[in-house]
Amino acid sequence: MGRKVLLEHINVPGIETYSVYREKGGYKSVEKALKMKPDDVVEEVKKSGLRGRGGAGFPTGMKWSFIDKKTPNPHYLICNADESEPGTFKDRYLMQKHPHALVEGMIVSSYALDAHTAYIYIRGELLYVYHILEKAIAEAYAAGFLGKNIMGTGYDLDLYVHPGAGAYICGEETGLIESLEGKRGNPRMKPPFPAVQGLWMCPTVVNNVETIAAVPHILNMGGEEYAKIGIGKSTGTKLISACGHVKNPGVYELELGLPVEEFLYSEEYCGGIRNGKKFKAVVAGGSSVPILPAELFLKTAKGEPRLMSYESLSDGGFASGTMLGSGGFIVMDETVSVVKNLYNFTRFYHHESCGQCSPCREGTGWMEKVLHRIIDGHGKMSDIDLLWDVQSKIDGRTICPLGEASAWPVASAIRHFRAEFEELIKKGEKVKQVPYLQELVEA
Amino acid sequence: MANNLRFSDDALNVAHKIIKRYPEGKQKSALLPLLHLAQAEFGGWLSSDAMDYVATLLNILPVEVYEVATFYSMYNMKPVGKCVLEVCRTGPCWLMGAEDIVTYMQKKLGIKVGETTADGMFTLKTVECLAACGTAPIMQVGETYHENLTCEKVDAILDDYRKNVKEPISHFDKKHYKEI
Repeated sequence: MGRKVLLEHINVPGIETYSVYREKGGYKSVEKALKMKPDDVVEEVKKSGLRGRGGAGFPTGMKWSFIDKKTPNPHYLICNADESEPGTFKDRYLMQKHPHALVEGMIVSSYALDAHTAYIYIRGELLYVYHILEKAIAEAYAAGFLGKNIMGTGYDLDLYVHPGAGAYICGEETGLIESLEGKRGNPRMKPPFPAVQGLWMCPTVVNNVETIAAVPHILNMGGEEYAKIGIGKSTGTKLISACGHVKNPGVYELELGLPVEEFLYSEEYCGGIRNGKKFKAVVAGGSSVPILPAELFLKTAKGEPRLMSYESLSDGGFASGTMLGSGGFIVMDETVSVVKNLYNFTRFYHHESCGQCSPCREGTGWMEKVLHRIIDGHGKMSDIDLLWDVQSKIDGRTICPLGEASAWPVASAIRHFRAEFEELIKKGEKVKQVPYLQELVEA
Repeated sequence: MANNLRFSDDALNVAHKIIKRYPEGKQKSALLPLLHLAQAEFGGWLSSDAMDYVATLLNILPVEVYEVATFYSMYNMKPVGKCVLEVCRTGPCWLMGAEDIVTYMQKKLGIKVGETTADGMFTLKTVECLAACGTAPIMQVGETYHENLTCEKVDAILDDYRKNVKEPISHFDKKHYKEI
């Protein structure tokens, strides 16, 4: 069994209640942290090497140290629980089963940032989890870990949950801030970064659920100890949500550095490809990261076995690598049409584009239309280069990364599966649905 | 404005508690949660009267409510059935047969995506990734996730709703009013 940190107690009956959570050592990190100086808490997180678990992998301690300390304005911490990246469902799992783990992390992190008000921005679709968090927060207030003068230290903190209402773009931190201010989720130009001007123009840190949930463990074991878990600059453990055509879909915690082959094929994790089918391709870190064909996923271009880590998955750059991303692990078997899957993703990005930047607003729509033409049997050979051209003109030309998120899947699918596009266009036939439920519909 | 819509006392109480979660002068931040409440209170969708009412609660302009309500996919801008069936259509669900589920539901209900059955019971909607890809294909109804859908499961779920649902189901379930 691999090392468990975040999910160590996830299956303990009643762990969602304060009393059981406390019995299992919950809120110890608050007791420890509040006796330290806030800057020392930041220092521990820096030492741990923890990197943002939402997708970008930016060092958390460094992000915290950017907060503007000179301003007289209050500081805010926002937890990004807007988990919407297709293929990703780890945060939902954690919050639903282990809400106090997030609440504890929010308290310690807020203290480190000298924030006295913090929000958990949860996507609106997860309103049932919203109520689970509300309950956990109420219990934490009752136990004296939230509110005025926490544990007699003089530190005050109010923590609230805030629901979104269905918009992928609100997972982008400045889109999220706009949304929390009661506006459309249009991302802001950076700079200024949120650490200088964020929520209500005050210094703000936005961190993913899993990132914040790791903080108590870092405090408890010490940053240096945490940094010993994992491999190189990929320290700690990571939640991976496996879906698609694997035998055992679900959320797994693994020590960064686990060989991808072990993750995909061992019974402890994905258990291989279901129904005895062949492994064709994988989108390893949520729909936005480049798709890889089976052989390039299992081994790098240099022939080295790939590992589940930030560095190993991106080995070879976009020519032959991908990204760890959010940990949304989407596996496709031999029956899948990569082109139709790409059409689906592109349609998604077109739907979710906020519309501010022309390259993204128009480009995602053009790519959707061209891909639709191809899967509908009316593609032209020149469409492949046209798609390449459009994606290359979105990449790097938008306010927020949704532009890149829509461009990278197109670029990588053409790069690795060009022959499939060509074959499809030559045949000129409509692509059928994956035949999993077909019999049922026809019966 | 001539507008007789009002929240119930319980909902009004929740609304005031939510507004207090944001600093003085920043009450507009409560807009998203209040629009969820409005959908729960006013039959599952947002009429212009409903949005105008929310604007008065937050002391903001009606247009500030409209521009937000039309941006977010969970707000219904036209009347819906008692049960809004929100089937995920994004990548991982598609890989597991979501397209067939939607085809099957259209056939079974005799409506297309975006339409409501003649008896006002069901509205069929397709939505984007619901963060439950490991149990795909999935559908959300109110706050409930129906996972690992098959056509048989869809039959059972729809039968159950048809028999047991009297009041419109909303994302913000009224049973939680007391917990806020």
